[in-house]
Amino acid sequence: MKVVEIDHLTIEYPDVKAIDDVSFIVNQGDFLGIIGPNGAGKSTLFASMLSLNTKYKGTIKFFNTDIRKSKNYLKEIGYVPQKPIFERNFPATVNDVVKMGLQKESDENKIDEILQQLWIHELSERRIGELSGGQQQRVFIAKALVNNPKILILDEPVTGIDQQSIDLFYSILKELNSKQNITIIWSSHDLDAVQKLANHVACLNRTLFFHGESDDFFENNELVKQYSEASMQEHMHHH
Amino acid sequence: MVFEIFTFSFMHRAIISGIAIAILCSVIGLFLVLRRYSLFGDAIAHSSFGGIALGLMAGIYPLWTAYGVSIVSALIMTRIKDKFNISGDASIAVLLSSGIAVGLVIIGLSGGFTLDIFSFLFGSILLVSVNDTILILALTGIILIVILLLYRQLLYSTFNEEQAKVSGIPVEKINYLIVFMAGITVVTSIQLVGVLLISALFVIPNVTAIMYGKGFKQTALLSMSFSIFSVVAGILISYVFDITPAGTIVLFAITIFACTMGLKHVGLLSRQN
Repeated sequence: MKVVEIDHLTIEYPDVKAIDDVSFIVNQGDFLGIIGPNGAGKSTLFASMLSLNTKYKGTIKFFNTDIRKSKNYLKEIGYVPQKPIFERNFPATVNDVVKMGLQKESDENKIDEILQQLWIHELSERRIGELSGGQQQRVFIAKALVNNPKILILDEPVTGIDQQSIDLFYSILKELNSKQNITIIWSSHDLDAVQKLANHVACLNRTLFFHGESDDFFENNELVKQYSEASMQEHMHHH
Repeated sequence: MVFEIFTFSFMHRAIISGIAIAILCSVIGLFLVLRRYSLFGDAIAHSSFGGIALGLMAGIYPLWTAYGVSIVSALIMTRIKDKFNISGDASIAVLLSSGIAVGLVIIGLSGGFTLDIFSFLFGSILLVSVNDTILILALTGIILIVILLLYRQLLYSTFNEEQAKVSGIPVEKINYLIVFMAGITVVTSIQLVGVLLISALFVIPNVTAIMYGKGFKQTALLSMSFSIFSVVAGILISYVFDITPAGTIVLFAITIFACTMGLKHVGLLSRQN
């Protein structure tokens, strides 16, 4: 079942095309890894998918509805940004932050359940600004999950986080996808992680160079080489 | 003498209005401080100065014109700030100086009315009437109900606008609502501390409470307690010693702030922040 359909998406800035004629489909239960160098348009793509940027050509449909027509689809989406920006002294505990994501007050016991699932139960009364980057990221996942979303969108969620937290984070994602059938759309630099987790891959560098099954991508040595970390770095230097 | 002051009805009105204003300023002020909008209260208060002068000149009750002018100019300034991408502190400076400028010109044109203006600049809480008290209580009640009803939306859009938008919260409308409520709060509070010291009630109890490292609701409650204590103590002490209430209230708030910093410095406030 199609849950996301992006059709001829183009996003132009005054002097550059950030996204050039991108089309792809995401089906229910997919774990899609979007890879591409810095500046490839991953965050721009997500901003449009989340209605944060509405200046684009083409259509984006969630659950078969054009997102220009209705914003109701946002209720079914959990979003984890690259690095959530907030005031370091903000007087909000972990519990407060997760609760912000909650659409209905009545589901409050859901919070405990999710905090336990993400191993941050003991931190619930700590202020968000006191936690490590890895712990904070888990809090933001908890916030994204607290409404039982059908789709989870993650924008390079492990930037600046220690390896142990990354491993834990990935195992949580894998479980959410396999056990709860949550569709995951995730952008990453880490090809090894994409190979381990994703069942679909999209290669984005302003336009879409590949979109298909993960196995097909990793059997294509030429593409893998092109999108491996080293060549992405090189690509960045060229720019 | 000390107990006698509790028998005066003007003192009852002053304390009841003062407590309501203390609660209102600390709640609205918490959202402003966390949005890095600490001086916005000050800017609205200064723009209300223009409104007060206009009312005095036109022979209308000056607080009514102050409500109108402050709310409208705060909303316009917010719109201009968003549309022309002017930074928060610069927009505050524009709003602040234009209010005073308009006020001064109007005062000049009407030949001056120094005495009335003085009570608005420095507050006159001991002079609040029964009608003023009713108005203050009603506005406090309405604003607190709105905040309780929209608590999640207000908190979330203050915490992170982008994520709040993705959660379907109408962030722009919420921002205007906060500015609107701040406008009402400022003008309502002018009677207590006057135009010049208003931002103290918005900012000081909140920055003090934030240092205690608690969650949002506890921080709000702490801030309200500090604010109420400063206002009540300030009114009573100023009456006993025959000094200005506004200055005394603000000095109490600053004393609590200084003591809190001291506690933090010696490590008595458990968590760092």
